[in-house]
Amino acid sequence: MIAELGLAALWLAAALAALQLLAGALAVRGGDGETLAALVRPTAVVQALLCTLAFGMLLWLFARTDLSVALVANNSHSAKPMIYKITGAWGNHEGSMLLWVTVMALSGGLIALVERRLPERTMMATLAAQAFVAIGFYAFLLLASNPFERLVPAPAEGTGLNPLLQDIGLALHPPTLYAGYVGLSVAFSFAVGALITRQVTPDFAKVMRPWVLGAWIFLTLGITAGSYWAYYELGWGGWWFWDPVENASLMPWLAATALLHSAGVLAARDALRAWTIMLGVVAFSMSMIGTFLVRSGILTSVHAFAVDPERGTFILALLAIYIGGALVLFALRANTVAEGERFSVLSREGALVVNNVALSAILGIVLLGTLYPLLTEAFGVRVSVGPPYFNPVGAIFFLPMLVVLAIGPLLRWRQDRLARVRGPMLAIAATAVLALLVAWWIMGAALFPLLGMTLAAAVAIGSFLPLRGRSLRRVPSPVWGMVISHFGVAVALFGMAADTAFQTERLVAARVGDTVEVGPWAITLASVDPVAGPNWTALQADLHAGYGGGASQSIQPQARSFWTPPQQTSEAALLTRWNGQLYAVIGGEAPNDEAGATRWQLRLWWKPFVTFIWYGGVLIALGGALALVGRVVGDVRRRAARSLIEERRVDTPREPAEALA
Amino acid sequence: MSTGLKPKHQRLVLVVLALVALVGAGLLAAWALRNQANYFYVPSDMVATPPEVGQAVRLGGMVETGSLVTEPDGITVRFVVGDGEARVPVMFSGIVPDLFVEGSGVVAEGSLGPDGTFQATNLLAKHDENYMPRELEDMTVAQARETVAETSE
Repeated sequence: MIAELGLAALWLAAALAALQLLAGALAVRGGDGETLAALVRPTAVVQALLCTLAFGMLLWLFARTDLSVALVANNSHSAKPMIYKITGAWGNHEGSMLLWVTVMALSGGLIALVERRLPERTMMATLAAQAFVAIGFYAFLLLASNPFERLVPAPAEGTGLNPLLQDIGLALHPPTLYAGYVGLSVAFSFAVGALITRQVTPDFAKVMRPWVLGAWIFLTLGITAGSYWAYYELGWGGWWFWDPVENASLMPWLAATALLHSAGVLAARDALRAWTIMLGVVAFSMSMIGTFLVRSGILTSVHAFAVDPERGTFILALLAIYIGGALVLFALRANTVAEGERFSVLSREGALVVNNVALSAILGIVLLGTLYPLLTEAFGVRVSVGPPYFNPVGAIFFLPMLVVLAIGPLLRWRQDRLARVRGPMLAIAATAVLALLVAWWIMGAALFPLLGMTLAAAVAIGSFLPLRGRSLRRVPSPVWGMVISHFGVAVALFGMAADTAFQTERLVAARVGDTVEVGPWAITLASVDPVAGPNWTALQADLHAGYGGGASQSIQPQARSFWTPPQQTSEAALLTRWNGQLYAVIGGEAPNDEAGATRWQLRLWWKPFVTFIWYGGVLIALGGALALVGRVVGDVRRRAARSLIEERRVDTPREPAEALA
Repeated sequence: MSTGLKPKHQRLVLVVLALVALVGAGLLAAWALRNQANYFYVPSDMVATPPEVGQAVRLGGMVETGSLVTEPDGITVRFVVGDGEARVPVMFSGIVPDLFVEGSGVVAEGSLGPDGTFQATNLLAKHDENYMPRELEDMTVAQARETVAETSE
């Protein structure tokens, strides 16, 4: 019954989305349709509730391991720990698409519930657009990937969940990423709504900005968490592989970051109108392209579980309708969007334009690199595109953008003079040169790490300079948000450069009792023992690791063998210090040495400051959160003040009327 | 192009600059992709038209039965990848994937060394029954060919 209830809720939600589209569209047309406007917001809210109910039912089915449901039988097992039973609900194609649609419905319901600052007509158009996109994905879910399909007869036991996914990372990573990824649908709908009603104004940007910011925070956290998850779970010691699935999450982030900055220009200065709308369309288009890449199984990638051309064609058709439709609407309406205010090249706006162009260029580079293998395969040539392409080509735009990032926040809106910011710019340049010399002296002349260190120092100092000469208590929290996010970029960049430049690696076949040195660490293999977990057995090495001759700590990397499904994973052991991480992996048994002693393969890395990459990511998101809280609190206060004023206005004329009565 | 420009002209300049940057990025990407893309070879291609020494490529095929040898250091393996027509010797230092065994498919990332041995920096094997590198899905044909060749000898 639970499965049927979930399915019914999903069908109802889809029907409500259709109603929301119809009522919204009629309300926008005006005339008699306006009577339907009252329906739109409640419909969006109820649709969100129904979709959440359906998702809850799926979670319940997974928690109970109801094997009469095909999805549960194919992806779960009664012997799994409870937490992985539940997270397994979205560790597969159908479940993750249901999560996708649920996030979409929730974000639509949320704007319907709380967003009242826009003209009602624009709001109706926005909610209609949101429903229009949702309908396509409901159809995809119900027609091509039903998560509630029954399996007759029910098997005695499920086939289990991919062991790589049996990790706490899966509990956090996809929901966070989806909240951001699909949350951007709101930006798309706002953009479409504003285009339809020709309301591209600073007020519109002020309304859209917190929603984009919210989605962007989740996206930032999701990417950071995903990077760390891949780092410790795959056992390869890398934190970014330019895997197409990683790119699929990076592309919406790049577009959303550009959108945040251009929405800032539109809100503050009424410039970059058409461009902001364009980015709103592009950001969610990237989310949809990412969904297509991941969910159609078109890629060679460890993440692409779903292999089914029918689904791929379905999503491709949805992409064509939504992206194509939005672009056509943009082309028809862009020239009617009035021109914004002008500004000088040397101004805050000018710097933000550089940021936007650079981010868009990087987005294009990542998109081309991700799609290129698919393109060549159509001509029978198989290629893969990796770091040798993405790193240098991306850097050509990323590095100049960082220079502007260090200076841009110091500039004034509209127009500025170099002479005014000469002092802070000299301070930034001096820091950069100092960092360059120090980095060169320590690590020699590897180009990218050297540039990374230099720019990290420049951005770090540049990010705090906007606070100079201000009373720190009176700095508004959105400015703190900017400072902390920009500083986070510097921290992450420092981590990347340090790890690339200073990482040391040892690969050995060690006997029990052998000591291996890697960087400042001395690591002794104390023992190797078999251990067992609830659904796996493993070889576990006991390593005693001492830093710089100090007392040793014990770490236990494992090579695990799961039996449902049969698969092996390596569980890396990490030892975190403030200045980096020791990363240890045990392989298998190596051939005996000449003396006939048993040897074990060990792979050890010392990764100085690698943790700064993720600290930086968290700081970037934290800055976003501060800015969001500041904007929302400011808005609530303004609204309270305004309603107080209106109350008084209403009160004053009423008194004579009452006197008459 | 400061305040002297009319708004319309300024917008034009902005659009042109943005377009130049984006088209530049596109051209740069296209050029880099041609040079930096990592091509996929099967052994017969690699023998017929070998890539340049040191160029990053990928080699896919079956690990020949009886060819897998571990060096005395315990971490370097040598094996031969074949597709039924040609054979390429491969050397790899590292922890091999768990499902990497003789007679199974493998994709080796690396480059051809001057002595004709493929120096692999990473090995991708079929890592469970549901997932395998896309290149290996076609390998069943080559596998069949190899099996026929073996049985007819």
